[in-house]
Amino acid sequence: MNSESQKVLLAVDDPVMVRRRDRRMLKDRIVRRMMGVGGVGVVVAIMLIFFYLVYEVYPLLHSAEIGKSSEYSLSVAPTDKALDYLIDEQVELAFRYGDSGELTAFNVKTGEVTNRFELPVPEGVTVSSYTNSGVEGALAAVGLSNGSVIVFQPEFKVSFPNDVRKITAALSYPLGESPIFISDDHSALKKLAFQSNEDGTTLVGWQGGATLSILRLEIEESFLDDEVTLERYEATVNQQLGEIDYLLLDEQQRILYIANLVGELHEYAVSDLDMLDQPQKIQLTAEGEQLTSLRFLTGYISLLVGKSSGEVSQWFHVRDEQGVPKLRAIRSFMNQNGAVTAIAAEHFRKGFVTLGENGMLGLFHTTAQQKLLTEKVSGKSLTHLIFAPRANALLLAAAGGKLQLWMVENEHPEISWSSLWDEVWYESYDKPEYLWQSSSSSDDFEPKFSLTPLAFGTLKAAFYAMMVAIPIAIFGAIYTAYFMAPRLRQVVKPTIEIMEALPTVILGFLAGLWLAPALEDNLVGVFSLLIILPVGILFFSWFWQRLPRKVQDLVAEGWQPLLIFPVVMFLGWLSFALSQPVEAIFFGGDIRNWLTNDMGIPFDQRNSIVVGVAMGFAVIPTIFSMTEDAVFSVPKHLTFGSLALGATPWQTMTKVVILTASPGIFSAVMIGFGRAVGETMIVLMATGNTPIMDFSIFQGMRTLAANIAVEMPEAEVASTHFRILFLAALVLFGFTFIFNTAAEVIRQRLRDKYSSL
Amino acid sequence: MKQNTVTWFKSGAPWVWGSAATVSISLLMVVSLLVMLAMRGFGHFWPSEVIEIEQPAGNTFGERKQREEVPAQRLRDMGMELPESVEFVARRLMKTGNRDVTGQDFYWLLEKKIENAKAPAEVVVLERREWGNFYGRLLSVKEAGELVVSGDDTYAELQKRLARSDELFGQIEEIEKHKIGAINYSMERLRLKRRALELKGALDKAAEEKIRTKRDSLQKEYESYQSELQALYRAIERDSLVIETADGQPFEQPLRKIVRAYQPNKMSLIGKLGFYFEKLWEFVSDDPREANTEGGIFPAIFGTIMMVFLMSILVTPLGVIAAIYLREYARQGFLTRVIRIAVNNLAGVPSIVYGIFGLGFFVYFLGGTIDQIFYPAALPAPTFGTPGLMWAALTLAILTMPVVIVSTEEGLSRVPKAIREGSLALGATKAETLWRTVIPMASPSIMTGMILAIARAAGEVAPLMLVGVVKLAPTLPLDGNYPFLHLDRKFMHLGFHIYDVGFQSPNVEAARPLVYATALLLVVVIVVLNLAAISIRNRLREKYKALEN
Repeated sequence: MNSESQKVLLAVDDPVMVRRRDRRMLKDRIVRRMMGVGGVGVVVAIMLIFFYLVYEVYPLLHSAEIGKSSEYSLSVAPTDKALDYLIDEQVELAFRYGDSGELTAFNVKTGEVTNRFELPVPEGVTVSSYTNSGVEGALAAVGLSNGSVIVFQPEFKVSFPNDVRKITAALSYPLGESPIFISDDHSALKKLAFQSNEDGTTLVGWQGGATLSILRLEIEESFLDDEVTLERYEATVNQQLGEIDYLLLDEQQRILYIANLVGELHEYAVSDLDMLDQPQKIQLTAEGEQLTSLRFLTGYISLLVGKSSGEVSQWFHVRDEQGVPKLRAIRSFMNQNGAVTAIAAEHFRKGFVTLGENGMLGLFHTTAQQKLLTEKVSGKSLTHLIFAPRANALLLAAAGGKLQLWMVENEHPEISWSSLWDEVWYESYDKPEYLWQSSSSSDDFEPKFSLTPLAFGTLKAAFYAMMVAIPIAIFGAIYTAYFMAPRLRQVVKPTIEIMEALPTVILGFLAGLWLAPALEDNLVGVFSLLIILPVGILFFSWFWQRLPRKVQDLVAEGWQPLLIFPVVMFLGWLSFALSQPVEAIFFGGDIRNWLTNDMGIPFDQRNSIVVGVAMGFAVIPTIFSMTEDAVFSVPKHLTFGSLALGATPWQTMTKVVILTASPGIFSAVMIGFGRAVGETMIVLMATGNTPIMDFSIFQGMRTLAANIAVEMPEAEVASTHFRILFLAALVLFGFTFIFNTAAEVIRQRLRDKYSSL
Repeated sequence: MKQNTVTWFKSGAPWVWGSAATVSISLLMVVSLLVMLAMRGFGHFWPSEVIEIEQPAGNTFGERKQREEVPAQRLRDMGMELPESVEFVARRLMKTGNRDVTGQDFYWLLEKKIENAKAPAEVVVLERREWGNFYGRLLSVKEAGELVVSGDDTYAELQKRLARSDELFGQIEEIEKHKIGAINYSMERLRLKRRALELKGALDKAAEEKIRTKRDSLQKEYESYQSELQALYRAIERDSLVIETADGQPFEQPLRKIVRAYQPNKMSLIGKLGFYFEKLWEFVSDDPREANTEGGIFPAIFGTIMMVFLMSILVTPLGVIAAIYLREYARQGFLTRVIRIAVNNLAGVPSIVYGIFGLGFFVYFLGGTIDQIFYPAALPAPTFGTPGLMWAALTLAILTMPVVIVSTEEGLSRVPKAIREGSLALGATKAETLWRTVIPMASPSIMTGMILAIARAAGEVAPLMLVGVVKLAPTLPLDGNYPFLHLDRKFMHLGFHIYDVGFQSPNVEAARPLVYATALLLVVVIVVLNLAAISIRNRLREKYKALEN
């Protein structure tokens, strides 16, 4: 070993060098660690999208839960029977109405009594009947043994002394404290029904016997001064039912229902008291069944019918063949074996809860047509079933003031497989339909959350886009990859890439503001283009090959697109120039009129053709690039072999190249389809965004993606609507992800195949 | 050699021609789209001739806009009288301005009615701050209600006085927007400071006194600006002009409401060119007016650039790290293959899905949490718990991440093995090898990825609609108020501007030319970025071809 290398070795082990080396190694380790953390972090962050979407959608699938929160006995007189209960919105206070005329306000969690009120029942008169205004329940009335009525309104007043919420009970009498006589008959009111709104109040009473008395109090505002007077209108109805067990009036004070235990229901139109017709008669129950409960679902459109068999069915008016609205059983629910003793409806959603004879509680939702929950609750003697206004608590009352408070967790009852994807028979509709209508101004609106029309619209838009894109993109790519001169290819490929990069907002804007009106004016031109273009090109190419060789040689092999470019332009111009005469001759000068009037085809300006062309434009480059790639990488020896055996270039193309490249072309189409499905801006701007189920080429659609863009900013956080939009996003995500992965796997296989060839 | 027709058919040559035609069709689509955008976008700023339209109800002035041919039957159905022999008629959209007088500033006219219309040289076009353009003949200029000049010199005098009122308007704007804006901003910060102290329970006498003195001094400053403003307002109210419509009704217009006045029919070519570039400059440098249908789009340009800039700061390092990890550090096996496919596919996931993710996760979840921890004083008004610039940038960063990762990985995989091995053999650590040899060689493809990401982000609109863009932002996200960069602010965006003005605007006809101009600007930016990426990539390929040999 010479001294030079000795020195080097010494230098390597020099403390300075060692330290430096250690530092370098440390740095290396740090970088390795950082890269690991960073890389995994980024990958995880990207994957987070999927998990977050699932996290937001999951509560939709979560079923309802119910649990007993407290049980107590209210201190009331033992002879006093409860007429009804009412809970406040925050589930703090509640009212109990007793048949002695005493109203008790109490803490609904502990049973501690906070106030007692006395209804102004006159001396020597007792309460003989009770009713409330229906599902909202705040307004109530008692009928007295002297034939008069007291209407009262229990209230919960919210105040914020010292920034702490305080709720106090109060009582008011909207129609005054003195009892109102319904008719001249002063015998006891056995059944009572009443409704009240801004225009007036209607009271219906049955005092036994063959007549029903109706009293309407209308508020009349004088035009001269702002004085308000109550006008009285009275009427009587000859009822044909005998004993009346149920008496119901809808909120609009238009329809009066009377029914008995056997299930006979008579329905009177009472909107005009001067013209009372014969009742419509409906049998609600089957032979041998008893009607054990009857009440409105929120919104007063549907009746909930509880039967002794334990079945609950929903009825509402549907037009029959003559166009006459008739009550009809829409759907039914089964809970328990025993008879249905009580039904309580939610105040703001189309849900309800039932109580069976055998102590089974069932929670249902009508639109979703599902049973959310059943629970065995103790006590056979339960008499009342009361929902809190937000449907988050349930009060069960037994005789003698024994109460149970149950907490209900039921965030998204309106969602079920059938309400999302199947035809649903919505209230006031004549038949089951697929509908998307997520919001409305009224509180008791039945939301229509069918994703089917949106999914349909998505596929429709994608279909028309593919109709435009596939032929152009695939044939174009085949030519570019296989026949085109390399120098031209160097120009064409970047042009197509630019086409891919064009922002979709610009395509959508042009489609909506320029293409849609232009198409409307030149509809005939568009259809004639479909014929003139192929025929014209065929004719031109035939003509070209008849030309002398010298002329043909002017355009080298592989430069045909340049030659044909002006031809395409000319043919395009020709079809639009011919459009007017053709329209004049065949369609009376106005094809749009002809379509709508003569053919009965509705025509939207922003229709599927517009979307097809605009979105086709967006998808062409995607399919083009990938197809071109697949065709171009077919090994050359295959094609040379085919050509050497005497096949023409096109025969080689169809018999060898396309067959080999077909998986690649297929995956290109799939990825293009995925892009069309998820495209938002073009559909948002180029369609009318109406969620219809119609495949017509002259009508628009609403897609899942556009729907998210339109409705997401207005959806209330964590509401069902919000989560359904997340579900729509998850569907889109899953759909495109599966499509793309499948396409990617196919492409990988193809690549392996090429490398083995 | 001439073939006979049957063999020609059998050889499949017509198919070849057909597919050649599809290439032509694709090219034609791209080219015609770009040409149309260019024509309509650039054409918007050219001063067009104003003609006098003779109408039975009184003449009007107007500019010719687009022309179309419609079936005569449709017009007959609308109640128009046309001879039976006519099948199609040409009509033209006229922009007649004077919306405050007639209530309608666009209408369709039969082409033949305006074929021989005169273009009077003396017509003056007033571009106003409200109610759109006014077309008329200038009568006189007034100062404080007194006639100053009428007759031939009026136009020259008007220009002089317009310059003055423009100057004053600029001063008013400066005070209202910037100075008073800054005071309001400081006031709001003081309020939040006080509330924060209150929440902490640390609001003692001394602190309150300090805040009060500060507030009082701000208030005083505000009042001094107010009086300055009042003086300016009095000054700008001084001048007005009288102009008469084509049918001879005079109208008085205060000069403060007028942006510019010009006589298009008198302009020479040079004058028109000058006017053109002036308008073009206004378009890119001014704030929008009249619900975005007039004026410029500067805030949208600025917002787009800001958002894209923030996004690229986020996406480039993260994307590159992820790519380096996947390619250089992670063990290559089934899992990395799956991850690679997944990342690749995320590029194909619809952008609206990223938008809804950004809204739910970033805005409501992350933003809400940040507000609870760092900005409790402002609650219940959200600071970061509402769509804003930062969330938009972050959402688009996630959206474009796959582009950067894929492109960087491709670059890394193209670096020849020999180079890595050479570096390692010379004793460099892996980190040193990466930093000194591999990354520099892959840098063009990192650039390509970044450019493609920027191009995609600049054109993306759907997710932004959910996470931060608004149709009109009162303030820019970057200004002179501490902390200068306001990541929580909402911003304007070119793409959304197109959607909003084109589809949500109350006066679509008036807005249309501006939308074309905006679209053109956006397309130019994106095409340039993409061409840059393509050329970098091509050069890169050449380089590696040389290396491989």
